[in-house]
Amino acid sequence: MAEEPRPPASISLPIDTDADLARIRQQVRQAATDLGFGLVQQTKLITAASELARNTLVHGGGGVVEITRLHEGHRTGLRLCFVDHGPGIRDVDLAMTDGYTSGGGLGLGLSGSKRLVHEFALDTEPGRGTTVTVVAWASGVPAPRSGAGSFRPGAG
Amino acid sequence: MRVAEQDRTHGAAQELSGFLRRRREQIAQRWADTPLFRTVFTVSRDEAVDAGKAVVDALAEVAAGGRLEDITAPGFGAVRDQLGRTAAARARTGSTPAQIADEVADLRVSAAELLRAEYSDPAAREAHEAALTLAVLMGTLRLVVMETALNAGAELIERQRQQLMEVATPVIQLWEGIVAVPLIGTLDSARSQVVMESLLEAIVDQRAAYAILDITGVPTVDSLVAQHLMKTVAAARLMGAECIVSGIRPAIAQTIVHLGIDLGSVVTRAGLADALAYALARQGIVVPAAPGTIPS
Repeated sequence: MAEEPRPPASISLPIDTDADLARIRQQVRQAATDLGFGLVQQTKLITAASELARNTLVHGGGGVVEITRLHEGHRTGLRLCFVDHGPGIRDVDLAMTDGYTSGGGLGLGLSGSKRLVHEFALDTEPGRGTTVTVVAWASGVPAPRSGAGSFRPGAG
Repeated sequence: MRVAEQDRTHGAAQELSGFLRRRREQIAQRWADTPLFRTVFTVSRDEAVDAGKAVVDALAEVAAGGRLEDITAPGFGAVRDQLGRTAAARARTGSTPAQIADEVADLRVSAAELLRAEYSDPAAREAHEAALTLAVLMGTLRLVVMETALNAGAELIERQRQQLMEVATPVIQLWEGIVAVPLIGTLDSARSQVVMESLLEAIVDQRAAYAILDITGVPTVDSLVAQHLMKTVAAARLMGAECIVSGIRPAIAQTIVHLGIDLGSVVTRAGLADALAYALARQGIVVPAAPGTIPS
């Protein structure tokens, strides 16, 4: 992901309490507004951020999120990287299945978030932790359909 | 030996107490000109002097009690409120806690000058001891101010948290048998618990058959919020009330669909007015479409 020489404003926020989730949503909303995201795209990204941050908190036992503003050519975007050092995910396919939950929720956190953003990468290993990286672009690039090519561990 | 030491400390404290009572007026006059008092008690200088006297009296009482280092000494009780208000007023004008602490510490300087004047030989042992005792006492005062200010802050936060909980969940009766809850802000687990409780209570109290949950003021509807909504709807249904979720904005609707949340079992409407119209129609109440229109 080539970035313009303009320094990518990147901030790191802790995910340790419920109150942190509200702060992350606010920060993502602010960044998305600044970058010219439309209302729908903004709402989608904030919702995805809320889901993934809660995953980090509930399943990963807390962690951090790095919010990076991207400038690539004429388009601008936002990259969110959720990192935890929790138990990791043993069965990624199962975890990505709609309705599967290990925490009493609706089981839509991972699979639903993937549908709300343009790029989605999951890097996990049992015992090491989980890193979820998502990217959303402000321009009207259609979100990739599920499956093909959107699943790139370590990307971003 | 140890007893003698204690006696001497006690004696010094008593002496300091006597000095504070004797020089009450002068000390208060000097303190009235320090930033701490001058900028807080702005109505008149007399007011600042009176406030200073109250603090001197408190210090004299604490010294007389001999508990120089005890921030819970009863003597401080009388001025705790005043000190808290003073610190809060300074904080409002932008002073940091460290600056306020420094300003309290500065009070010692003017009192120490007066204390030195009491002794013909400032280098004498009694003079040293008195100065030391004053320093200890003023250090304790500084802690009292800081503690009071911190407690006030914590109290304020707790009070606001409680207020937020209550303010955020009013249940409104829109019509006979129809209640509505306008939800505002973040719907976390604690908040949605309050919402559910007050809504279920209102359903019983108002004998409501319809309950409208309006989410116009909820910025983000993720799967947890949706789950809370569905649980509330299910609980209301168990009590014989039908729930309508209204205030679903276009962006929220699209997000819910992409996220994959199935709200198929819940009656939803775009606006509160639509939800009210739905509930009225279900009760067989016909409302004219526009003002002036006579229902046929």
